[in-house]
Amino acid sequence: MTATEAPAPPESDATEPPALRRTPTRKRLVPYWLLLPGILWLLVFFAAPLVYQASTSLQTGSLEEGFKVTWHLATYWDALGEYWPQFVRSMGYAGIATALCLLLGYPLAYLIAFKAGRWRNVVMMLVIAPFFTSFLIRTLAWKTILADGGPVVGALNSLHILDVTSALGITEGHRVLATPLAVVCGLTYNFLPFMILPLYTSLERIDPRLHEAAGDLYARPVTTFRRVTFPLSMPGVVAGTLLTFIPAAGDYINAELLGSTDQKMIGNVIQSQFLRVLDYPTAAALSFILMAAILAMVTIYIRKSGTEDLV
Amino acid sequence: MAATETTGKTTGKTAGTTPRATAAPLRWLRRNVVILAGLATLAYLILPNVVVMVFSFNKPHGRFNYQWQQFSTDAWTDPCGVADLCGSLGLSLQIAVWATVGATVLGTMIAFALARYRFRARAGVNTLIFLPMAMPEVVMAASLATLFLNMGIQFGFWTILIAHIMFCLSFVVTAVKARVMSMDPRLEQAAQDLYASPVQTFLRVTLPIAAPGIASGALLSFALSFDDFIITNFNAGSTVTFPMFVWGSAQRGTPVQINVIGTAMFLVAVLCVLAGQMAGTRRKRSKK
Repeated sequence: MTATEAPAPPESDATEPPALRRTPTRKRLVPYWLLLPGILWLLVFFAAPLVYQASTSLQTGSLEEGFKVTWHLATYWDALGEYWPQFVRSMGYAGIATALCLLLGYPLAYLIAFKAGRWRNVVMMLVIAPFFTSFLIRTLAWKTILADGGPVVGALNSLHILDVTSALGITEGHRVLATPLAVVCGLTYNFLPFMILPLYTSLERIDPRLHEAAGDLYARPVTTFRRVTFPLSMPGVVAGTLLTFIPAAGDYINAELLGSTDQKMIGNVIQSQFLRVLDYPTAAALSFILMAAILAMVTIYIRKSGTEDLV
Repeated sequence: MAATETTGKTTGKTAGTTPRATAAPLRWLRRNVVILAGLATLAYLILPNVVVMVFSFNKPHGRFNYQWQQFSTDAWTDPCGVADLCGSLGLSLQIAVWATVGATVLGTMIAFALARYRFRARAGVNTLIFLPMAMPEVVMAASLATLFLNMGIQFGFWTILIAHIMFCLSFVVTAVKARVMSMDPRLEQAAQDLYASPVQTFLRVTLPIAAPGIASGALLSFALSFDDFIITNFNAGSTVTFPMFVWGSAQRGTPVQINVIGTAMFLVAVLCVLAGQMAGTRRKRSKK
């Protein structure tokens, strides 16, 4: 798309001596040559597949007979009609996990930016280091931590917290695994670094003298935070929530490993439709709906928070 | 509003000074609440790694390594003792290396074009770079697999590599672009004033300054590619990378060796970071 838009040699330059003319033209072409391979890669393996996906979602047929485009829009209605609970659940879990990430991640980002002093690099490394153990292995570790007979469940049981959460429908009986709580806990854990890093980046840029100034003007620490620190960290909050919500909404690993069939998310449905049921039109329609929903939400969110330069 | 806040402050002070014995721990708590909350989050982040490490010394009775039975170093002395485990690890490393090379070269080129040149379709290019990062992995994975299916391409090493380069590219562009944009353009002008040819300027001035951005982009690509599961799951066919192996073992039974590999990866990464830091401080010192 972009590559073909390389400017044709402009005619107005024709009056200039040829030696002078050639260099600028060649120079003007430099960015296009730089862009060409990478952009071509993205066009062929990212953009074109999305178009293909759209056409697949309008096909009907079976593996044996082959698929044909029939503009069968009912696939969308059928898919939504059958899988709307998983869809709503995905958005709900991802939303709660994002809120929890913000709640848990903000103090840690604040700690690294303002309070850690010479420990800053060590704490930073501890935040990034878990990345280097395969996240599937780490998610499986939660199976051990939240195991039925384990210390965490034992403590929650003896404090009768699980009775309360069961009444609220977050857990079931006296266990945590295979409940919404386990899945949300896994999602929160998995995407927490994606919240902490952008928060830290925007907090670190804040001039500490602003805090002093607020204190000099008799603002209490809470007021300083509410009126100075938090507003200035908004770019980090926006970036962090996006980086957490988007992958969390499409995730199917946590629901598969930590949940039961009652916690299946939309990612699980797409995965099983595509890889097990081999119903490609339904899988395509579902992933198209997911993409549209997320793009719409992201656009509205970015507009509302007024940080369009983020992109 | 400001007035009430100031009175609030003064009353808070007087209240704090009179019943000192009971208020002191509370005050300490209030002053350090951010630190405590931050450390709690840090513990939440680190806990699974500790569990992975501890359970690498476990000797489970059944097929699953979820419950502590007894101490053993069997898995550590025989990390490749499980069929296909080390083969999948090797394949993952191989893919990660090539994906890093591909994404870094292509991404750096795009980043330079975006940071240094004005051209048409700039907004379009920016959107095309941003979209893969704003797209749930399942969507990209399913649509790319649909393309491969329709074109009759055999799933395997090459389809995985193509997919990995595709999703790593944007991250490299972002990392390198940030670095090149923050670079002082006068440095290059100075080099040219001193009769450096464009190639010399690029190799001796531009590239060294952009190097940290390129390095962090490459590092990120490596980590993303090595650890990727969702996109690989859709585009691997019957090829088994390390994350695919772990996923399969979650259904069939988790060997302790998985934990050994996970712990080893963690330790290697920590050592690399520490070595990098030490090299950095030494360089700083020698400069002084």
